[in-house]
Amino acid sequence: MDTRNFIAKNVATLIQNNEIVNLGIGIPTLVVNHLPADVQMIIHAECGTIGCGKILDNQGGRYNGYNIVDATGTAVELIQGGCVVDSAMSFGIIRGGHLTCSVLGAMQVDEQGNLANWNAPNQRITGAGGAMDLAVGSRKLIIATKHTSKNDEPKIVKNLTMPLTAAGVVDYVVTELAIIRIKNGRVYLEALAPGITVEEVQAKTGAELVIPNLNSIKNMIE
Amino acid sequence: MDKIISYDQAMTFIKNGSRIMLSGFGDIGVALGFVKRILSSDLHDLTIIDNDGGYPDEPKGQLIISGKVSKLITTFIGLNPEASKLYHAGELNIEFIPQGTFVEAVRAAGYGLGGVLTKTGLGTMLGEGRQTVNIDGDYYLIEKPIKGDIALIRAKQSDKFGNLIFDYCERNYAPYMAMAADLVIAEVKEIVNPEEWDPNNIMVPGIFIDYIVVEQNKK
Repeated sequence: MDTRNFIAKNVATLIQNNEIVNLGIGIPTLVVNHLPADVQMIIHAECGTIGCGKILDNQGGRYNGYNIVDATGTAVELIQGGCVVDSAMSFGIIRGGHLTCSVLGAMQVDEQGNLANWNAPNQRITGAGGAMDLAVGSRKLIIATKHTSKNDEPKIVKNLTMPLTAAGVVDYVVTELAIIRIKNGRVYLEALAPGITVEEVQAKTGAELVIPNLNSIKNMIE
Repeated sequence: MDKIISYDQAMTFIKNGSRIMLSGFGDIGVALGFVKRILSSDLHDLTIIDNDGGYPDEPKGQLIISGKVSKLITTFIGLNPEASKLYHAGELNIEFIPQGTFVEAVRAAGYGLGGVLTKTGLGTMLGEGRQTVNIDGDYYLIEKPIKGDIALIRAKQSDKFGNLIFDYCERNYAPYMAMAADLVIAEVKEIVNPEEWDPNNIMVPGIFIDYIVVEQNKK
């Protein structure tokens, strides 16, 4: 299994049956493929779709009259029981605490649970889209990301140096090395990838890992 | 009063400097016939109020980078890199607003509210310059309403009164932009005889719709 799918599979272990979930672009999208058979989730998309189903590759192409899409504008099936709402209700779902979980990417997360995932310094500005609302409003926020940046710098840091998306919002960070739980300003090591040591994770993490009990560290699944 | 007019008649309402609300999410629910016509017009100094900057390979994205638009009020332009380039070159003024705040600010304008209180954006670059207010111990920032001169919305069906039904994600901002602009024009796929549909299903009431144009996107 490649790194991205390994991360996605372990994110899936943090999602309970019947959760209403928003999945960001990239690794988060892959979570759909790794849910256990007894877990179903309702996928919400910013455009108002409640219950995104299978991606319809053959519906690609602009202005072709097919109007059920996910947040990336990709044509999807609507699951049985799904529906579509307008943008105000879609974001009411997000901010109002009706979304039980979001899975997003990140550039940085710090020990206070502050998230930076919308605009890297020195890069062209794009706007935040729905990222800030998702970070603020989701009841549970899981970050799915590589443990370090392309320059091998830790993404989990003591204090953000990149522009803030939302403050104090991150609950879990799932990487190719570990599952990290962030709570009350502390960074807990919850699970390790096969063959990875605590020391290796600490060396690639910019904040101090808290390990209440070495025996309590779980194994990530392959 | 007959609300059904032609594209040519409708285009006369759009002036240089108009603030145009464009409903749509990416290429879904966009009044494409109008976007194409504005793109091929001589209009300039337009303000576009719109969810996103579109894509470089379709008319909405092309309009935004055409030079006809001097200001864009939007949530995300990540799929139209040329818009970012123009922004950084100082050739396109862009005001970025988080998406949930954007729709509420449009809604506030149409609903007669003085603004929106939201936690989204607090402490971020997009919250800069906004007032904050403490309500029962929690801080919120204040986003002012967003109004338009003209709203261009897209629907699946209309009756002659302008009552609208949308096809799935086409709806997005339409119910709110239809209330937040001085003049509202709906581009629709087809006109339905009012006796042929159930008023229970109407999603936007015709009282907000000034004119209706039946789509002709093949032009």
